[in-house]
Amino acid sequence: MPSWPTETKYISHDTTRIDGVAKVTGRARYASDIQAEGWLYGMILRAKWPAAKITDINLEPALKVSGIKAAVLARGQEMTVRFYGEEIAAVAGTSKQACLDALRAIEITAQPLPFVARENDAKKASAPQVWPGSSNHPEPKPRERGNVEAAFKDCAAVIEGFYSTPVQIHNPMETMGNTVSWTDDGLTAWSSTQGISSVRDGLAGALKLDHSQVRVITEYMGGGFGAKFGAGAEGVLAAKLSKEAKAPVRLMLTRFDQNLAVGNRASSFQKIKMGAAADGTLLAFEAENYGTAGIGAGGDGGGGGGGADIPLPYLYKVANSRVKQSAVAVNAGSARAFRAPGNPPASFGMESAMDDLAVKLGMDPLELRLKNDPNPIRQKEYKLGAEKFGWKEKYRKPGSSKGVVKTGIGCAGAAWPAGGGNRNTQGEAQISPDGSIEFRLGVQDIGTGTRTVIAVIAAELLGLTPGQITVKVGDTRFPPGPGSGGSTTCPSISPTVFDICTKALEQLQTQTGIPDARGKNWFAACKKIGINPITVHGQWRDGLSSNPAGGVQFAEVEVDTETGQVTVKKMLGVHDCGLIINRLTLESQINGGIIMGMGYALYEERVMDDLSGVVLNPNFETYKLPGIADVPEIEVILVNMPERGVVGIGEPATVPTAGAIANAVANAIGVRIGSLPITPAKILAALGKVPPTHA
Amino acid sequence: MKNSAPENPGAHSRRTFLKSLGTVAATAATAQVKTVAAELEKANAEKIIGPDAVPVTLNVNGEKIKLLLEPRVTLLDALRNYSSLTGAKEGCDRATCGACTVLFDDAPIYACQKLAIEAQGHAITTVEGLAKDGKLNKVQLAFIEKDALQCGYCTPGFVMSITALLKKNFHPTADEVKHACAGNLCRCGCHPHILQAALKAAGVEHASKTEVVTYA
Repeated sequence: MPSWPTETKYISHDTTRIDGVAKVTGRARYASDIQAEGWLYGMILRAKWPAAKITDINLEPALKVSGIKAAVLARGQEMTVRFYGEEIAAVAGTSKQACLDALRAIEITAQPLPFVARENDAKKASAPQVWPGSSNHPEPKPRERGNVEAAFKDCAAVIEGFYSTPVQIHNPMETMGNTVSWTDDGLTAWSSTQGISSVRDGLAGALKLDHSQVRVITEYMGGGFGAKFGAGAEGVLAAKLSKEAKAPVRLMLTRFDQNLAVGNRASSFQKIKMGAAADGTLLAFEAENYGTAGIGAGGDGGGGGGGADIPLPYLYKVANSRVKQSAVAVNAGSARAFRAPGNPPASFGMESAMDDLAVKLGMDPLELRLKNDPNPIRQKEYKLGAEKFGWKEKYRKPGSSKGVVKTGIGCAGAAWPAGGGNRNTQGEAQISPDGSIEFRLGVQDIGTGTRTVIAVIAAELLGLTPGQITVKVGDTRFPPGPGSGGSTTCPSISPTVFDICTKALEQLQTQTGIPDARGKNWFAACKKIGINPITVHGQWRDGLSSNPAGGVQFAEVEVDTETGQVTVKKMLGVHDCGLIINRLTLESQINGGIIMGMGYALYEERVMDDLSGVVLNPNFETYKLPGIADVPEIEVILVNMPERGVVGIGEPATVPTAGAIANAVANAIGVRIGSLPITPAKILAALGKVPPTHA
Repeated sequence: MKNSAPENPGAHSRRTFLKSLGTVAATAATAQVKTVAAELEKANAEKIIGPDAVPVTLNVNGEKIKLLLEPRVTLLDALRNYSSLTGAKEGCDRATCGACTVLFDDAPIYACQKLAIEAQGHAITTVEGLAKDGKLNKVQLAFIEKDALQCGYCTPGFVMSITALLKKNFHPTADEVKHACAGNLCRCGCHPHILQAALKAAGVEHASKTEVVTYA
């Protein structure tokens, strides 16, 4: 069995990004920066109705606008619109201004249809069907273990709560989009994607091209968080425009487009009943949950499924449980994978219920967790975290904080059972007689430092420095790699780079007779290669990576009971991720997960108007992200477990944050806010200072 | 949705507005109207610009760039789409994300909110112009050292905002850094490292509090 070195110079240490200079100088070229020879600007016309029957679309007036070179339909002259913002047509022209004029010129004949925008309304039998002939809300199938009714009778304490989470929108800083050039030789797409292979396959499938005719390049991309795996309607439209205009087309979504049509995290409405014995042992759990995945729910003929299910009961061992879940279809953009799908809402619901139960039992909520969490790693993490955070010293009974500004603390746990390496990952390295070495992997760097991970591992195993390693990623012409998602990237590429390095050293030995080509022998060995460079192909190997990953987080908040403002004073994340590859970029990723979780806890929510079916906040002035002044001191404890090999961290880092913050707020004010985001209005309503809000 | 032809952007210009006012103003005699008349005279003296493309000269990173642009083209659009300076990023095109931040005579501005024609005669600095003779400025260096970036798309904007801050305030406090970056968004969540990088660039070292604990 292969194993990672134990004495290391780079692995588990701090290495600055090898593409840092490109990113701080503006030299890094993102999909939205590509200026292919003769490129045109592309834009999409979107539906202004949440539901409508379109009977005619006239593109002629658009084509008459000066500078417009192509106009194409998204689906056809006739189409059914199912959400506000759905793609209808697209234009390409010599300037953004020409495209704006052309979109206004397109004539559409349409008949608005009945629609439904809210989960609660969509569940009613009288609601308009989002997918005609298919129920918006198919009967949930219960999942049952043990005897729930009998177990509740044995409980010393039982709580019932209603916990809800909003639709959250990915909003990467670079919107989705591509520059596409479609010529007789094939199609090249410079794509802002987290999956070059899946975009290639998607474009080839939609445009009826061979996979070999499609090349996808992603040198740099501006964030994805789960939304950017597919070719998308915008990718296909850009390709069609390029074909018609006979020129490359850059079609990037506007911020509005991004908020309407290209994915989100499904909402959840969790009715939870949970009970425990007097010593805190959980005995019974019952939950009924529904949420909306927009038009992504209910469309599969029989209805159901649809991406709104969450893993309940979360984390804890409960012998008797019954869970009923269902997805509700509404006229809104479809849900997509979003950082740790299902887990942040499940964590929020379950961990809120845990704290509510702890109150009823008169127990410290941390003790209740230690009593019921079966995972030994999290047990250790809670203990480490509690010590560093000063849990014992800081913990007060809920609502006992004095004064106008009340303080509170809370904690929550995370699990990410998926992750692990993608067995199909491949890569190659070319070693030249001058000692230079270039790695090529068909993976992409979503911002987690994938390039740097490759350089760190190669430098360690070859006895070089990371700066001596050239890394090329983001091209489907390279050996295939995984999508950047699900905490799988690092565990996929690390063993692959290990394999390449092992084979490179073997081949150098065979070819040059130098027994160990590493370090000080490297250049001498390479000199003896001969005239042509050698190319070594490698693939993922077993035994060097694993899953799952977990972690726990602690939050300290201040709540102003006069304004309802919540200020997060401190976050502590304790996370395990197997063998640490690059401590520096790992810390960045955990910070990022926590800050995204803060947004989920306090600020973010897609707001639909139920009367018009319109998304009311499809932009950054009304869809609020955490800003630098909102971000508290963040401390991180990394639990290094080299014996587990490489484990991803992207997902677990964002899972428990909202639950920990919500529990801290409840601890501060003595009242549970069961609905995210925890806005000042909800706080004031919970304190009886204003009438309750409609939510 | 039957759309009428797009409105002539010139139809409601300040000039025509004042002109229509002027016919009324000619017979009135109040001081206020005199002011309007003076404005009208000034407006009439202005050259009518657009809606077609006009020559525009921008001074970017110390170099003159000559472009032919419709007056409605923004500085950001001019940089990114009419020249090859794509360092300033477009994240929203409506003054909310800060990815397009550039220096306008040393002051940080959103390039998406300035028309290119208005930017003429001013010194524009983009992220491409910060490194002199290939030497990164201290903010850029600190961003790399502190890993104040992940996907890197918001990075040019943050680097410009902090560079502008350090030009007028050599020793900012953490709160002053936060204030200077209030107009910049980051979705990867690099804020703690951005703050550390800004303070590092100002000479204040902030050690990471991250602890590594071995499980076994």
